[in-house]
Amino acid sequence: MLLVLEEVKKSFPLPDGGRLEILDIPYFALDAGEQVVLVGESGSGKTTLLHIISGISRPDSGSVRLDGWDITLLSEADCDRFRAKRIGYVFQTFNLLPGFTALENVLISMYFADGRPDRGRAKQLLERVGLGHRLNHKPPMLSVGEQQRVALARALANRPQLILADEPTANVDVGNQQIIIDLLRETCREEGAALLLVTHSPDVARQFSRIERLEHLNRLAKREVQQTV
Amino acid sequence: MSLWKIAWRSMQQRAVASWLTAISVGLGVALIVAVLVVHRVVDHSFRRGAQGYDLIVGAKGSALQLVLDTVFYLGQPVDLIPYSYYREFVEGRFVPAVRVAIPICTGHDYKGFRCVATVPDMFERLTYLDNREFRFREGRNFYAENHFEAVAGYTAAKKLNLKVGQEIRPTGYGETASKQHEDEPFTIVGILEPTGTPIDRAIFLNLEGFYRCAAHQVGPSYEESLLKESEFRVVEAEPGGQTQKSGGETHSDSGADRLGNQAEENQHECDATCDHHHHGENEEESRRLSAILIVSELENNPQLAMALPRIINEEPFAQAVAPAKVIAELFDGIVGNVQRVLLILAVLVVIVAGIGITVSIYNSMSERQHEIAIMRALGASRGTVMAVILLESILLSLGGGLLGVLMGHTLVALLSPTIAEHTGVIVSGLEFQLVELILIPGLIALATVVGYLPAVMAYRTDVAKALIAAP
Repeated sequence: MLLVLEEVKKSFPLPDGGRLEILDIPYFALDAGEQVVLVGESGSGKTTLLHIISGISRPDSGSVRLDGWDITLLSEADCDRFRAKRIGYVFQTFNLLPGFTALENVLISMYFADGRPDRGRAKQLLERVGLGHRLNHKPPMLSVGEQQRVALARALANRPQLILADEPTANVDVGNQQIIIDLLRETCREEGAALLLVTHSPDVARQFSRIERLEHLNRLAKREVQQTV
Repeated sequence: MSLWKIAWRSMQQRAVASWLTAISVGLGVALIVAVLVVHRVVDHSFRRGAQGYDLIVGAKGSALQLVLDTVFYLGQPVDLIPYSYYREFVEGRFVPAVRVAIPICTGHDYKGFRCVATVPDMFERLTYLDNREFRFREGRNFYAENHFEAVAGYTAAKKLNLKVGQEIRPTGYGETASKQHEDEPFTIVGILEPTGTPIDRAIFLNLEGFYRCAAHQVGPSYEESLLKESEFRVVEAEPGGQTQKSGGETHSDSGADRLGNQAEENQHECDATCDHHHHGENEEESRRLSAILIVSELENNPQLAMALPRIINEEPFAQAVAPAKVIAELFDGIVGNVQRVLLILAVLVVIVAGIGITVSIYNSMSERQHEIAIMRALGASRGTVMAVILLESILLSLGGGLLGVLMGHTLVALLSPTIAEHTGVIVSGLEFQLVELILIPGLIALATVVGYLPAVMAYRTDVAKALIAAP
């Protein structure tokens, strides 16, 4: 197994001093190279789960093991470096750095991973996502579809073992949505990276052989469902 | 891709704010540079203005006024000393202590430039700066026997467009242009090479010609000096004679006494000469000088030379002034303080500009926190994003500093003609100084301090929260 989550719990402090419990996941696993779609209601904690898997947020308890490493035990700085090298992240809002060109956005991710940007690979990735002619354009000069493709190239830059994609088509025009999904799945396959894609679009979810519902993984959601029943 | 480039791009992204911030730092630095350069050059030029001679002998009164008038051709006219006193230095009792004595008489000007009446030796036996000899870029020095010849300093010639062969009619103090001399005009026979000293701003007349055409010049200072001269005569006649005698008897070896002996030996000779002159022309009696420039015999006769100022200062009507000392006092006392105040103000301007950097970066932090979160998500550590902010602060202040150095030197270059016109000091815009190198570590230190607050904000950015917040 590439990724294994066990007994992961996460809550956020509330203004009144109490805590809002979001996640309580007894077990979740993903194989190397596997492509999984995770669906769930908005606000159900999908983004929080991806933050925990990537180490951006820490769980209150439980373990998150990637390739045998429990990232919850790593120091913050090690965790940052671990994430840079092993996990690619595609955000719903692209999150490109607006002051940098498409090429530089890919290079900067390589720089943060190991300090050795590989220009050749960066260009090659951008060409792969169809932006060979847009290397020196800054994000504001690119269409949303193009921006998400730059983000995809950036996520793949450091040959990660896992790509986390958080509703990657939610802000992309309808015409480009399928292109992005196809590119994402194809490039992950080519690079040998596993893909965990979060979406609330049934059309997107339907294309994956393994579909996980957060409500089924999350004990808190199950309880809520039972309560409403 | 490097942290520098990342910081640079952040600045580019906020180009207007970055430029304004850098310019505000630049203005402060420009002020510092201008103050430093102008001060150093002015200081240097002032101090070296009187190089080439070590004493100025003039009428009793303000030493500063004498130096300003004699060295810098500035300020109010000074009282005069009798021409006969000059003879003591060239053929009288002071001869052993003196290598060169140059008589000068200021008090006239030509179209705003001082005219200095003197002898050709001024440019032949005196040097300027570090033993540099005077050179003529056009023509030649004036001849003693050609009474109405004159030479012009470089700046004076340039400003007045004086040419060799041109005739000028200097004006005395208090005279109006309409009441110019009707005597023979002076002919410019030479123009000096620039010296970087006040000499550049003056016109030098043959002393003999000056006396001939200024014979009618009678002013209050003339009356005063006549009065003083008569006092001097009385003093000299009584105790002076006794001192000389006793000095001769005790055979003391002190420089002062030896001068006294010398004076005694020369007494008859001097009297004879003076008598001769008195007989020849009564004119000599009425001749006055504003100062005598002295190069003393410090090498061959150090004791005498050292004693000379004291002996002169004992005279009731004369004083000997070491110009270097007076200039140093003037500089340290007044100009030095002015510079200190200006420097403090300039440093304050830089500090205020530094706070401007804090404000500029701080204001951009809310939008930037999202970018910082992205960098963190891409694997940048807290230390890295903190460094990016600090580097940006350093780039802003160093860039502003560089801009300031350029602006400062441009400012100096622009002010240079005005400074030269008013003080005769030539300030070059390209006059760089080692002190300016202190600006580099200084600005880096400032940038680190003022960049610290926003850098800490970057360090503390909550990645998960900032990522979710709309960009």
